[in-house]
Amino acid sequence: MKSWIEKQKYLIDFTLSSLARRKVKNLGLLAVYTLIIFLLASVMLFTHALRREAAAVLQNSPEVILQRMVAGRHDLIPPGYLEKIGRIRGVQKMEGRLWGYYYDSVVKANYTFMAPSAEPIEKGRIVIGERIAATRGIGVGNVISFRSYSGKLFSFTVARVLSSASELVSADLILLNEGDFRAFFEIPEGYYTDVALSVANPQEVTNIATKLGAQLPDSRPILREEVLRTYESIFNWREGIVLVLMAGAILAFAIFSWEKASGLSAEEKREIGILKAIGWETGDVIKMKFWEGALVSLTAFCVGYIAAYLHVFYFHSGLFEPVLKGWAVLYPRFALTPSVDGFQVATLFFFTVFPYVVSTIVPIWRAAITDPDSVMRG
Amino acid sequence: MATVSRNSILALALIGSLSIGVGITFFDAARPRPAAAAGMEERKALVEKLRLTDLCLFTEARYTRHPSQTDLHSAAQDHPLALEHFPTGSLIVPPAGIAHAYEKLDRKAEVPD
Repeated sequence: MKSWIEKQKYLIDFTLSSLARRKVKNLGLLAVYTLIIFLLASVMLFTHALRREAAAVLQNSPEVILQRMVAGRHDLIPPGYLEKIGRIRGVQKMEGRLWGYYYDSVVKANYTFMAPSAEPIEKGRIVIGERIAATRGIGVGNVISFRSYSGKLFSFTVARVLSSASELVSADLILLNEGDFRAFFEIPEGYYTDVALSVANPQEVTNIATKLGAQLPDSRPILREEVLRTYESIFNWREGIVLVLMAGAILAFAIFSWEKASGLSAEEKREIGILKAIGWETGDVIKMKFWEGALVSLTAFCVGYIAAYLHVFYFHSGLFEPVLKGWAVLYPRFALTPSVDGFQVATLFFFTVFPYVVSTIVPIWRAAITDPDSVMRG
Repeated sequence: MATVSRNSILALALIGSLSIGVGITFFDAARPRPAAAAGMEERKALVEKLRLTDLCLFTEARYTRHPSQTDLHSAAQDHPLALEHFPTGSLIVPPAGIAHAYEKLDRKAEVPD
């Protein structure tokens, strides 16, 4: 056993000195390899943690949201709608929600205005999200004015700023009194943006949604389960920019492995020929190259993965911010709770380390089984 | 020979330390974080109280601010030949079961009273 370990150590020593002879090429290769793994691991960790966060936070969202559709667009719930819903058996509680969007031309940001029924807010006062406070440079007691869609100017006093811990759900929120909301958006009494429903028996949610659809054909029920599924598939690797990113990284990796697998440089061939000529066995040459592949790929994987972990969970995924921000002015500052899926890490390991080691060994095996003289002559 | 041998030990030590580093990330992710847990409870409570439906990730368009509430046509909302032009549209997928709500329009619905 000891002699086997010693032999492997000598093989590693030889591999390292062989790698050092082509220092620039190998360091460049290691850097690119590490970068690809960093990118893939960052996307993997970020999307996994975000999906987990969404699943936990949105567990408490309404069981059913009922929207009304007119000409393919979301429209206001008219008076009388709530009574019709109330007649459906199984609906335990219903509540008209009042919310809407507002574009603030001062900072070119979109806000979500909401009149919550659960939080009493005095007339003329508002509760704002932390990001709005930071972007507009306002705080508790300050007065802020918005020009409504009808052209009238409304002034509100900031009563409270929502905590930064809740930014992921509240960064762009402006909470105001129901009367103020209706006056600002000119929504008459009895009209609502949509309806939030609670169902007596959670097993019956789908049935209730079917009944709602049948009784109110212009309505669209959105179940909590659908909301959760929407966030489960957010940043799905099979769609959008994540696919482009993954495809780019995988192609780069394929070129990389192909370059390795398609053939050896004249220098590498000569090296193998010399080794065989001085008495190395084919098995030793393959072991030496196995160590080369293993050392390079393990180093790249570990460094790339650890850097990705630090990037996502300790540096707030800073490199992704410009992509995630898009044209938006308001972007929440949030720290994702570290979460690692062992299966995902194992998959990443298998698809990045394994092909590289194989692509290092295969051409060497082909060269090592041929006659040393012909290998050296090329 | 001794110098050469040291290189292999250094390389193995480096790989070993990096592997431990990878292992530490699992422990780090699993360790309890009271501050993060408190933040999570606060977000959950706010979602329940205000009856929120979405994360505030993309505020650039209404269908990206509330992806779960969007309708089938909102990405092409401007005119019939409009192309979806907000960058976030290339990041997120359409909400789950979005077409389902429109499919029922093809079927017989009860006449509302």
